[in-house]
Amino acid sequence: MKKLINETANVVKESLAGVGAAHADLVRIDFDSRLVIRADAPKKGKVGIISGGGSGHEPMHGGFVGMGMLDAACAGDVFTSPTPDQMEAATKAVNGGVGVLHIVKNYTGDILNFEMGAELCQAEGIEVVSVVIDDDVAVQDSLYTAGRRGVGTTVIAEKICGASAERGDDLQTVADWCRKVNANGRSMGMALTSCTVPAAGKPTFELGENEMEIGIGIHGEPGRTRMEMKSAKEIVTLMAEAIISDLPFSSGDQVIALVNGMGGTPLIELYLVYNELNQICEAKGMTIARRLVGNYITSLDMAGCSITLVKADAEMLSLWDAPVNTPGLRWGV
Amino acid sequence: MVSRDDIVAWVEALQKVYAENKEYLTDLDAKIGDADHGINLDRGYSAVVKKLAETNPPDVSSVLKTVAMTLISSVGGASGPLYGTLFLRASTACAGKTELAAADIVAIFQAGLDGVLQRGKAQLEDKTMVDALTPAINAMQQALNNGADLKEMLQQGVMAAESGMKGTIPLLAKKGRASYLGERSIGHQDPGATSSYLLLKTAAELWS
Repeated sequence: MKKLINETANVVKESLAGVGAAHADLVRIDFDSRLVIRADAPKKGKVGIISGGGSGHEPMHGGFVGMGMLDAACAGDVFTSPTPDQMEAATKAVNGGVGVLHIVKNYTGDILNFEMGAELCQAEGIEVVSVVIDDDVAVQDSLYTAGRRGVGTTVIAEKICGASAERGDDLQTVADWCRKVNANGRSMGMALTSCTVPAAGKPTFELGENEMEIGIGIHGEPGRTRMEMKSAKEIVTLMAEAIISDLPFSSGDQVIALVNGMGGTPLIELYLVYNELNQICEAKGMTIARRLVGNYITSLDMAGCSITLVKADAEMLSLWDAPVNTPGLRWGV
Repeated sequence: MVSRDDIVAWVEALQKVYAENKEYLTDLDAKIGDADHGINLDRGYSAVVKKLAETNPPDVSSVLKTVAMTLISSVGGASGPLYGTLFLRASTACAGKTELAAADIVAIFQAGLDGVLQRGKAQLEDKTMVDALTPAINAMQQALNNGADLKEMLQQGVMAAESGMKGTIPLLAKKGRASYLGERSIGHQDPGATSSYLLLKTAAELWS
């Protein structure tokens, strides 16, 4: 394992220290509870929004804390959910008196820990609504699994909900936006290589030189199927078809698209993927109204990408366009 | 009888057992999960041992509660809330007692398992920790009914936990991260069932 780290046990803490030092104008760090908190939180009268999850997906979630997006993010260890006391501390730190939304990705650990965290907050009289993101179409049979995983749609939901809260919407309205984005969002990922968890010191799985893993999650957990390498056009077609047929998206739809790098794939390839995706959408009569291309929800050093499409109406697009000022996403300011 | 000090000794032994099996549990998890189970338990039980030394809780129930709260706040993942809930319910089930007889031991594990089932919503044969704990507790109850003493009862429980653990190998995972693998989860032993087996095995080696 070759990584730019000191002690494996200190990776998360030292990285948070870097975020705090680099973006002191936007966020502050609570090292005891391992939180990234919006610098001016709590905002009285504004719905608070927190999220969180295992580390190793940067910039998600800590990089999306700031004006117009999250109020706080709880950082777990690498690929490990944060703990209920962290969610409680984050909720209290951002509670402006009108309730707090918890945006939770659908993983058993995240669900259980956020559930216990929400119970702790409610016991103290803080109104909490939790919305679960489960957008990964690679998980087909949700009857016999823990359900679809939460992946790329999370980024879109955090932006839309952040804008909704910023303009003064109440907790139910902000939560409804989260549900609406999730209901209209679908994603799929693929890997060219494994990732290496610092504490494990070796790749989580092995992929042959001519193999790829389709339907990968964001934790190095193997995907649904392993197949022979193909061209970008074939790979993107495979992923886009699975996504588009699932909602289903149809001709005339406007979408927000996310072409996301897993951490080890260069932008030259991600833009090439976007080009393929754009052609597929055009051919189907769909319009990519807004898009992100880059590393937003990563899996450490894994090479590969994910594609997310969210069907958007005019109001969702206007929330998307609203100003945002976070370490990882910034416009309109 | 199992005293407050026996419970502390068990938890301290668990810290060593999980430290020794850190890589083994993590490797099992790498095959069907996300390669952190051993790492997380090692971190959690190290925190537990430190916390017990600092706070020195006075009785059986408060020791178990300290274990629960520390695991909940230091393990993360699914195993933090699940093992935390197990110890929390066990703590409630023995509130006020100074020593635990064989029947009390079955009762605290049963209460713990009920908590795990409620929190995790897993069923038998979903390929989880439940597959080691359920047969173990059933075997202990049966041994107790047949007049076994504490040591014999625990040994019966460990044997059942071991076969339950090995029985997860051919199962298709239906809960947790392993469930995303579908058919590919078949053929691998569940890391949660394995750590639960170690939990009982360590108790059986210490208590008599």
